Amino acid sequence: MIRPEEIKLSSEENGKWGMVIDQDICTGCQACVAACAMENNISFVGEEDSGYGRAMHWIRIERFWEGEYPEVKMTPRQPMLCQQCGHATCEPVCPAFATVHSQAEQLNLQVYNRCVGTRYCANNCPYQVRAFNWRDYQRPEPLSNQLNPDVTVRRMGVMEKCTFCIQRIHKAQDQAKAEGREVQDGEFTTACAQACPASAIVFGRVDNPESLVSQLAHKGHGVKHLEELGTLPNVTYFKGG
Amino acid sequence: MSDNKTHADHGAHSAEHFREKHLMLDPLPRGQMNDMVMESMLEKPTWKFWIIFAFLSVVVAYFLFYKWGVLIAKGQGEAGVMRPDYWGIFLVNTVFWIGISHAGTFISAILRVFKAEFRRPFTRAAELMTTFGLVQAGFSIFMHLGRVWLFYWLMPYPNQRMLWPNLHSPLTWDLLAITTYLLSSTMYLFLPLIPDMAMARDRSTGWRKNFYRILALGFRGTEGEWTHLRNAMNIFAFAIIPVMFSVHTIVSWDFAAATRPGWSSTIFGPYFIVGALHSGMGAAAIVLAVIQGTMKHMKYFVRGEHFDAIGKLMLIISMAWAYFFFNDYMVQWYGGDKWTQQMLHFHEAGPLGWMWFAMLICNIAIPWAILWNARWRATPWLIATVGIAINIGMWFERYIIIPISVTINRMPFTWRLYQPGIEVPMGIGTVALFILLYMAASKLIPLIPVWEVQEGQMAHELKKFGRETVVSVSELE
Repeated sequence: MIRPEEIKLSSEENGKWGMVIDQDICTGCQACVAACAMENNISFVGEEDSGYGRAMHWIRIERFWEGEYPEVKMTPRQPMLCQQCGHATCEPVCPAFATVHSQAEQLNLQVYNRCVGTRYCANNCPYQVRAFNWRDYQRPEPLSNQLNPDVTVRRMGVMEKCTFCIQRIHKAQDQAKAEGREVQDGEFTTACAQACPASAIVFGRVDNPESLVSQLAHKGHGVKHLEELGTLPNVTYFKGG
Repeated sequence: MSDNKTHADHGAHSAEHFREKHLMLDPLPRGQMNDMVMESMLEKPTWKFWIIFAFLSVVVAYFLFYKWGVLIAKGQGEAGVMRPDYWGIFLVNTVFWIGISHAGTFISAILRVFKAEFRRPFTRAAELMTTFGLVQAGFSIFMHLGRVWLFYWLMPYPNQRMLWPNLHSPLTWDLLAITTYLLSSTMYLFLPLIPDMAMARDRSTGWRKNFYRILALGFRGTEGEWTHLRNAMNIFAFAIIPVMFSVHTIVSWDFAAATRPGWSSTIFGPYFIVGALHSGMGAAAIVLAVIQGTMKHMKYFVRGEHFDAIGKLMLIISMAWAYFFFNDYMVQWYGGDKWTQQMLHFHEAGPLGWMWFAMLICNIAIPWAILWNARWRATPWLIATVGIAINIGMWFERYIIIPISVTINRMPFTWRLYQPGIEVPMGIGTVALFILLYMAASKLIPLIPVWEVQEGQMAHELKKFGRETVVSVSELE
């Protein structure tokens, strides 16, 4: 583990929440996918639409194979979610300002009630992590009884995506403010990180050298996806030790 | 306008030959020509007209409006769009119809500015294509919106929250450009229509008289009125040309400004404009052939020379399109980006590879094989067939650029092939509405700008010098 004083923070990391995902210990159990859907009131799309590429998951587990049969090798599973880019391609293309950058949390926000559904943001997202409400999906019993009151329920024709569980961020910040202190590292985490049995997902402030996520992210051997596009993603991946 | 083949001939035969071939050299008395245009408009529609009209109305009502209602009620899930093809045939049709609309401005503005005399009888037919094509493009883009009932949020209007559209977004530029083009092309359609409206007002009775009286804006044909009209038309003809170029360039920026492999191409602006003119001239050839074949007296106004001229333009534009296609392909391939290479390979060898080859056959092989021959160019049905082939090819081109290209992105886990749903009937509905509007317009406004034809005929004259008959043209305006 890297020592906090060795971490050199760049100015781009100021105020940023970040995530580290260790693909080597991810088992592909999909607990993060289920937890995310429960926490964020994500619609249940059903078998048919899901099979046609309309599954609404804010996080998905990608898996690939290498080589030709019978010499097939499976590569490590790759949880893919919104990378909360510092320089996001989804933001400038929205004609209605429904996709915006938040100055306070340094996240990409989707303003559901401003979205008119041009779907340009999803087209322009190199990570393909945005989910569109193709229909007004029904929630079968008993899923209809477990909606999270802290999260807006979206309707048909609206784009949505991972928020880094912004409702949890705000809850922790409000609590800390009421008690007159700063938010502590590990005080709360996102639904996916909380549900991960292997602790492959770590969440926190990357600009705090004391935090676990910052120490992992600055270890040096992590990679960021499609960094060459200049999107400044906030999620670091570990693969191959 | 001399014709080499007739130089050897002399005397009456030569003059006769000129008259037969060229509308500008074959003048009729003005009253008679006005009556011919009025007759072609007021001619009682045949039962065939009404059957086609009724059929198209049903198609529009069911395929366009009823299906649109279904789409609004049930959501975009009724269409074939999904991840990663968030844009489907609705956007293909939008680009296609905007492309069609470019021919009108090209013919009536650019050819007017360059004083190409052959344009005179069919400027209006082309301008109508612009306006009606843009209506279909507008419908197609609104069909595509997930929450179309909130479309006005894309417009800059004063509101309490001081929210304006995002001027960083190419879609906002697009909306502004298309709106500007629709408004200016409608005004440009209307200006040369005023003298013809006055002509129709003086030759009709009943409700039509009132209709034309209102649209003629009290035009009497005084010198001052003509001067004003000419000034206004001159300003519009020059001003609308950059608007036309900007519209399709901005449409291409919807794609070129994005980060998708295959879209982020700097050549897209001129490539799209040439593509638009390609499909637009093809559509103009179809419309002219239909008008000439079905409407009364039109064989006098629309002749082989006009199809010949359009055919030459089609051939040149086809060559230009081939160059830009090659340029776009070559530069992307040469760039060596692995995603772009995968995508180019998917174009040719993917499950829809036949479409890529069909596009090249329709856009290059067929026009080049037919349009080199002057006699074939002057054959209406043949040139209309080439026009249909070009339009099919250009539709394929937009289909390849939009849903097929976005199938290949930088996240191979999401690759999936697009299967169209409700877009197909709704697209057919826009075609039916276009034809329907055209049919209605042919009965309501003179399709031939008769004063422009007469003006051209006055300027042209056949003169005899010894045994030689030559054409002399006086400078107009």
